[in-house]
Amino acid sequence: MADIRHHIILRECVRVLIPVILLFALYVQTHGDFSPGGGFQAGVIFASGLILYGLVFGQEALLEFAPLHILARVMALGWLLYVGVGFACLAMGGNYLEYYVLNADPLAGQHLGIFLIELGVGVTVAATMVVIFICFTARQLPAPADD
Amino acid sequence: MITGHLPVIAVMTPLLGAILCVLTRSSILAWGLTLIGAAIPALSSLIILVQVLSRGMLSYHMGGWEPPWGIEFRIDAANAFVLVIVSAVGLCCAFFARKSVDEEIPQSSQPLFYTMLLLCLGGMLGVVATGDAFNLFVFLEISSLSAYVLVAMGAQRERRALTAAFNYLIIGTIGASFYVIGLGLIYMLTGTLNMADIAVRISTLGDNTALRMGFAFIMVGLSLKFAMFPLHFWLPNAYTFAPSVVTAFLAGTATKVALYAGLRVLYTMFSIGFLFQTETMLYVFLPLGLAAVFAASITAIFQDNVKRMLAYSSVAQMGYLLIGISLANIGGLMAAVLHLFNHAILKSGLFLAIGCVVYRTGSCSIAAFRGLGHQMPWTMAALVIGALGMIGMPATVGFTSKWFLVLAAIDSGWWFVALSIVAGSLLTLIYFGRIIEAAYLQPAPENSTITEAPFLLLLPVWLLMITSITFGINSELPVTLARAASQALFLDPHNGLPPQVSP
Repeated sequence: MADIRHHIILRECVRVLIPVILLFALYVQTHGDFSPGGGFQAGVIFASGLILYGLVFGQEALLEFAPLHILARVMALGWLLYVGVGFACLAMGGNYLEYYVLNADPLAGQHLGIFLIELGVGVTVAATMVVIFICFTARQLPAPADD
Repeated sequence: MITGHLPVIAVMTPLLGAILCVLTRSSILAWGLTLIGAAIPALSSLIILVQVLSRGMLSYHMGGWEPPWGIEFRIDAANAFVLVIVSAVGLCCAFFARKSVDEEIPQSSQPLFYTMLLLCLGGMLGVVATGDAFNLFVFLEISSLSAYVLVAMGAQRERRALTAAFNYLIIGTIGASFYVIGLGLIYMLTGTLNMADIAVRISTLGDNTALRMGFAFIMVGLSLKFAMFPLHFWLPNAYTFAPSVVTAFLAGTATKVALYAGLRVLYTMFSIGFLFQTETMLYVFLPLGLAAVFAASITAIFQDNVKRMLAYSSVAQMGYLLIGISLANIGGLMAAVLHLFNHAILKSGLFLAIGCVVYRTGSCSIAAFRGLGHQMPWTMAALVIGALGMIGMPATVGFTSKWFLVLAAIDSGWWFVALSIVAGSLLTLIYFGRIIEAAYLQPAPENSTITEAPFLLLLPVWLLMITSITFGINSELPVTLARAASQALFLDPHNGLPPQVSP
């Protein structure tokens, strides 16, 4: 993809599109509890922004921005956030994932709990989607030993 | 206060440990996390078992949502017993993993290997703990997907692990899909996914074709997962080419957990009163169980790879379990639960012992066993104890379960079945005889410098074997537990006591 320099229209369009896609992902992420959407959809949209970047500017550029070992850890962090909220609810005296206990006001607690859970889902899904894309397109994966 | 949360702690700690394993780079640290992640569920399940036996069924409401709307973890004597079995086998395998994995898995993939091991364990514990039929599917997939990866990790040693894992993936996914299709039909009919609630609604529904289809899809799906005889063809390759510790772990847990799910469907969601089910058990499970005992045992006799031999032996043991279930009375069910316990302990013990041999000789062909009786006396002694247990010699736990199985068959007046069980044991004697003959009666190859396996590997093997002997000589405890479990499944899910809602 060294000749991306010659595709000025493609390059400039993508440059405009990517921030909008990422922003829309964040919108879907944060408004999941009021409108259709939520962590999974937001994660996929966010990943599609990164995948578009990889398609146009080449895989090396994408891997430079998001190396595999970082992606693997981001995947785990989103998951950790989810499980962490579950255990936090336990620690604060509720059942597993019983968000009411997260705040003195049960409604606010419910709100906070679902928001954090969805954030965890979004982060994990976004990282997983990008990793799947890299796995399918890479001729040869960088060895996991570089990790 | 914490005791009320034990069901969720038992299931979630391995999953939490799995995440931390991804984040760590050091394989030692990952192993430590695996040990902790396996020890906490083992401890919790023991406490849960004591609680359930003394105070009756335990119900945990996920997120505080009341069942049947929310997801419920519902633990009675049956799943408490299976929880203890699975987590104990998991702990032994986790302990064994360190040295064996060092030998068989490249250093850089080790943290991810432990991640998968913990995920698999957590998924299985979830299947056993949950009282929600769809949640069961999710946990079943967590454990299965990680099991496919674990099998594929044998590729470092033997490339054929990749095709074995791929076959396992395809078959396992078909099984899971069938389960979901069947569950979809049930959901359509009843409008609920909570098992206890499904049971109530099915009993008022009466027999109809959709219900039969749902039952059939679910049972075929689960049969693929627990390797019922003609659906077992994924199992021998997967067990043969997987890393040693994975084989031991899966042999002791994966098929057992799927069979437990089958028991839940047969006895909790549906019931013996459902005529279609009773006929299925009589005309499908019983002949297939008998066929498994003979066909798989005879195939096992002709195997030259010891792991493959024991894999076929596993298929045969699933046959005994099916026979016990198909008797459709409480004696048969109790014998099946007891056999599930005994087979989980013995088979993982045996595969771990073979793991010791692979660690020293690098091979699991029967030729590699020549003379090992003198070179690796402790490993081989454990193997002999395990073999005696599988054959069903008195003073091992294998005898107890086969004894009750034969008794149950005679009680039903099925003399032919009782004789077949005994004949199957003789076939077991033949294939284990081949290993023991090679190990003790044949001379070691010249210039062989094989020594005893390290203590760290022997310890879990012997723990499992001593368990087998202890409970074989004094079989009161496992028999009591199996009886309570079968009563919980068969007669009275509430164990005579109102459910305790926790916390």
